[in-house]
Amino acid sequence: MPKSMFTLIRRWGPFLVVTLLFLLAPAYLSDFRLSQLGKFMTYALIALGLDLIWGYGGMLSLGQGLFFGLGAYGFAMYLKLQSSGGKLPDFMFWSGLKELPWFWAPFTSPIFAIAAALIIPMLIASVLGYFIFRSRVQGVYFSIITQALTLLTSIWFVGQQAYTGGTNGITDLGGAKFFGKALLSTEVQTGFYIASVLCLAAVYLLSRWVTESRFGRILVALRDNEDRVRFLGYDPVQIKVLIFALSAGIAALAGILFVPQVGIISPSSMGVVPSIEMVIWVAVGGRGTLVGAILGALLVSYGRSYFSETYPDIWQYFQGALFIGSVLLFPQGIVGFIKDAPGKLRTLRENNSRSAAIRRAASTAAQDSVVEGGA
Amino acid sequence: MDTIILQAFNGLSVGSILLMVSLGLAFAFGLMNVINMAHGEFIMIGAYVAFLFQQIFAPVLGGVDAGIWFLLAIPAAFLFAALLGVVLEVTLIRHLYGRPLDTLLATWGVGLVLQQAARSIFGAPNVNVSSPIWLTGGVDIGAGLLLPYKRIFIIGLVIVTVVAVYFYLQRTPAGRRLRAVMQNRSMASCLGVQSRRVDAATFALGTGLAGVAGCALALIGPIGPSIGTFYIVDAFMVIVLGGVGRLPGTILAAVLIGLANTYLELGTTATVGKVLVLLLVIAFLQWKPSGLAALQTR
Repeated sequence: MPKSMFTLIRRWGPFLVVTLLFLLAPAYLSDFRLSQLGKFMTYALIALGLDLIWGYGGMLSLGQGLFFGLGAYGFAMYLKLQSSGGKLPDFMFWSGLKELPWFWAPFTSPIFAIAAALIIPMLIASVLGYFIFRSRVQGVYFSIITQALTLLTSIWFVGQQAYTGGTNGITDLGGAKFFGKALLSTEVQTGFYIASVLCLAAVYLLSRWVTESRFGRILVALRDNEDRVRFLGYDPVQIKVLIFALSAGIAALAGILFVPQVGIISPSSMGVVPSIEMVIWVAVGGRGTLVGAILGALLVSYGRSYFSETYPDIWQYFQGALFIGSVLLFPQGIVGFIKDAPGKLRTLRENNSRSAAIRRAASTAAQDSVVEGGA
Repeated sequence: MDTIILQAFNGLSVGSILLMVSLGLAFAFGLMNVINMAHGEFIMIGAYVAFLFQQIFAPVLGGVDAGIWFLLAIPAAFLFAALLGVVLEVTLIRHLYGRPLDTLLATWGVGLVLQQAARSIFGAPNVNVSSPIWLTGGVDIGAGLLLPYKRIFIIGLVIVTVVAVYFYLQRTPAGRRLRAVMQNRSMASCLGVQSRRVDAATFALGTGLAGVAGCALALIGPIGPSIGTFYIVDAFMVIVLGGVGRLPGTILAAVLIGLANTYLELGTTATVGKVLVLLLVIAFLQWKPSGLAALQTR
């Protein structure tokens, strides 16, 4: 019994402690730091979704920014309508619209807005994924197609000024109310922070369950040798579509939580550049490890806010170096590096002692031959 | 009717620039399985070489209008971009063989660094290159249609480049080695081809061509640190559609995408046109997953 207690604590202890620490953060962080941490929590969510499809599934999706953006836009539409208080949202008025477009109308309901914000990205991922994976488009081709889709959608959103707010996106959401409290009040903001932490914890558990299940093992097998999995009788298309849709849904959930805390969503947060920056979170933290994805998202985001506040010019050099370095020097990321460290040290030590032994043997042999030669 | 002719010409012009950009990408991908996200930044480098030549050499060589500086800038851009390409291949790409997704990320990082470097050196605002006087104006083909000389010059430049690349591939020993490595790397190595050297040369050829494309782009628009990013995604579409490592496939795909872009824009807007092109490419892959002209390898 004590032994199973021990494994139970080992399995759940760190998770519970960290979750509790984050849940208690409102007690010891300032409002600014708290909303920053809340934003980074949503980034960590995206990183988890990306890690599932890339770290475990081996498919590098460069479309996570798109799914994140769609989720964010969906919820922002609700907030904007509520904030406008029954009138036409301001950017529509400026663009010359007389009445609310039909597809905006149902977003007055929060439940519809959240459901649509989750389901539409997953639907897009499923349909797109089905056609891509069915034709056995793999590897880099998948990345390129998802990237193209992201690029086009973000440009399209810029172009549709009257319906999406154009370059500025949907902003000025301060008038929205939750349970009678203003969106920007400390209570509501803290509420969304707590919701982010809980969602992150839930998605982490879900991801852990997925990766430890049979499904997760087939996913890893697909990454390592797709043909063999196919020959074993599994259908790679189903598995890939499922994981693509799941990661899209997680990104969309992050978008829903992002908007009320940051107060704006614009095409620049959903385009090609943010999508590939999401990849670097996972790469830095350690692909194929769930903790690594979360850690990477938090560390890189904090690094970014620190660097870009103090040295804005250097940040891009630093980010470039991060891309190159994390791929070239630390392909397994921070977590992978730490995991490997004991093993690496041991082999290093063994190699040293072995080469020392060889040297000793060689020198003895040399002495022997000298002795023989002299005889 | 007029618009159809004009659109055909514009499509050809867009397609020819795309072709120049994607040739290098296609070779790097076909030969080494490397996705070079920094390719757009080599376009940017070529464009800034043209700008520098205008600033430095135009006053010495008969002024901006005479255009001798521009003719010199083209080979210079090729050489400079190719040289940087060799440096990139030797220091970075070479260490990432067999990990195409990782090359994608690492070269994206290189692109960020190059963009920021351009911003530090030339400043963030766009700069302009004024074209030589013999490239202003155009051919009047009647009915008020004017085909600009600049565009015709670019199409001509691309044709010359493609013919040169074709001869390089088919008629020179270096080109033969390149084709051999592309078809079967280990067998070529066994027969004494130094495949690593072929890789470096091919990569350099690709980035050099991007440099030339940059010179061409300098004629038709302003130059900024992020000029390359505009073309890079389209160029990737060309590779996806054209299939890997075959010149005819790349040429056909570039022209098709160029034409499709301009014609689909007609009825809709520029972005809707591009979305349609992407959907068409995905639909096409259902029918031929390896693109228009896939290389048979063993």
